[in-house]
Amino acid sequence: MEPLIIAGRTFQSRLFTGTGKFGSGVQMEKALLASGTELVTVALKRIDTANAGKDDMLGHLRYTHMHLLPNTSGVRTAKEAVYAAQLAREALETNWIKLEIHPDPKYLLPDPVETLEATIALVKLGFVVLPYIHADPVICKRLEEAGAAAVMPLGSPIGSNKGLRTLDFLEIIIAQSNVPVIVDAGIGAPSHAAQAMELGAAAVLVNTAIAVARNPVRMADAFRMAVIAGREGYEAGLGIVSSGHASASSPLLSFLDE
Amino acid sequence: MSFENIFRQYSWNDVKQAIYAKTARDVEMALASKHRSLDDFMALISPAAIPYLEQMALMSQQLTQQRFGKIIQLYVPLYLSNECQNICTYCGFSYDNPIRRKTLSGREIMEEIMAIRQMGYEHVLLVTGEANQTVGMDYFKKVFPLIRQHFAQISMEVQPMDTEDYAALIPLGLHTVLVYQETYHEEDYRKHHPKGKKSKFSYRLETPDRLGAAGIHKIGLGVLIGLEDWRTDSFFTALHLDYLQRTYWQTKYSISFPRLRPFSGGLTPKVEMKDRELVQLICAYRLFNEDIDLSLSTRESEKFRDHLVQLGITTMSAGSKTNPGGYAVDTQSLEQFEISDERAPGEIAAMIRRQGYEPVWKDWDVFQRAGL
Ligand code: SF4
Repeated sequence: MEPLIIAGRTFQSRLFTGTGKFGSGVQMEKALLASGTELVTVALKRIDTANAGKDDMLGHLRYTHMHLLPNTSGVRTAKEAVYAAQLAREALETNWIKLEIHPDPKYLLPDPVETLEATIALVKLGFVVLPYIHADPVICKRLEEAGAAAVMPLGSPIGSNKGLRTLDFLEIIIAQSNVPVIVDAGIGAPSHAAQAMELGAAAVLVNTAIAVARNPVRMADAFRMAVIAGREGYEAGLGIVSSGHASASSPLLSFLDE
Repeated sequence: MSFENIFRQYSWNDVKQAIYAKTARDVEMALASKHRSLDDFMALISPAAIPYLEQMALMSQQLTQQRFGKIIQLYVPLYLSNECQNICTYCGFSYDNPIRRKTLSGREIMEEIMAIRQMGYEHVLLVTGEANQTVGMDYFKKVFPLIRQHFAQISMEVQPMDTEDYAALIPLGLHTVLVYQETYHEEDYRKHHPKGKKSKFSYRLETPDRLGAAGIHKIGLGVLIGLEDWRTDSFFTALHLDYLQRTYWQTKYSISFPRLRPFSGGLTPKVEMKDRELVQLICAYRLFNEDIDLSLSTRESEKFRDHLVQLGITTMSAGSKTNPGGYAVDTQSLEQFEISDERAPGEIAAMIRRQGYEPVWKDWDVFQRAGL
């Protein structure tokens, strides 16, 4: 499997994970280790930013191969997001930020207008910005132009476990993107993750499906294998799908023999 | 990053070898693939794809109809000048070719416009050689408003220019710029362009980047088929296209397939491309990219053009003259190259209709002009 490079940082694992919804810090730690993940997103709003060194959750994430990716979950505007990112940079000593702006508390759908504005501002401030966004090919290109280090389109509504309901748009996004495309939100089963990787996604971000599984550690391992399998399939070149096109009987080219 | 950085990562010989090494299996994989890659494109233009041509043609026809409908857009070239300071070994306007030089005046342009309008055209392609003193930005700034009043859409095939110049012409009505690399074989490029500004390979190579940066609506790419191995040259065109589409994603693209045509004192093509191979190339582009315009000029024969209407082409010229003043002012002056299909636009439109396709004369208007 080729390594993934984002903003100069190399990842061997293409499975990104989250920290929410686990039953305990210990369970989270075990699951994340089993997943092989090297990038773990944490909600800034959950962290004791004043005493990050003593934060309970962070205590379980002190592994050198795991990078923390603070997210701005809970903010509703670009302005709040920029403020949150600056707080995160100070507290966690990272300039990486997963930008999430969802003014709607029910479905947590990203606000494209505020997200673009915040991306522009944060890139200027020297952040490595990974925006969570709807699977909208145009907004993804706009974010790329604004300097986003990757784009994170959603597969289906966050926490829904429904898989890649936005498949047609993800295909377009992947086909035309110059930055890594990380499928975020909605991935509910290892097969969904494998499907995203087979499509050519650079990585997937999975949280709920691991955290709320009956056995989170085994599920994390299942996702680890699924992501590798999907990516290997993609890199090996998927085989022939019957095209359904007729061949050789049509007279379209008989003029060439006249 | 501009295209040159990407271009420099490839070697002509390696690409050529890779294309000629493609097998039937590679072609089958490419045909079955959902999103065809540059590697798939290589397979489709390789000799190994020839037995699959009928299938490629059918798929190309279906994809084109699905994306464009049954239409063919029509345009006509308007040669403004045959003055040129470059030497290009394959061109009738070459500096060392002793022909009478002419640049149309405002009054002469009006006469040409009237003749062209009578043929029904709304889309005109302005063509010049490269003579920056007489046919440079000052000239274009003067003639654009004149032409703009009479046509919905203006395309241009002139010397490569700087970003600011393109940006200045867009509000005056410039819609499309065609700039063919002629060949991506750098050494051969130098042989065919020994003198003049055009001898700068890199400046030409980066012209689409400057157009993209200026915010042009559409960019036309292509190579002059006959200068070098057409398969390798076409791969580089596809590479260029792929890069441009990702980078200047708001821009549209077209590809043309000029085959080297005779002109007075001319060069014999180093490589001959057969009709069958041109069909292969056109279908390969369509399978590689569903959205690009594919354009066929009057360089091609009547019979060939008639059949190609159904195979993936979306744009055609008709009734073309390739000399300045050719429509009304100076019909006998020397042509840039000989045309092959001499039918009048009305006859071409009728031919298109007979095949169940609609000829489209106008597909653009002033409200779509950038900078408004
Ligand atoms: S191809 Fe263009 S630049 Fe070259 S001689 Fe002809 S008109 Fe001049």
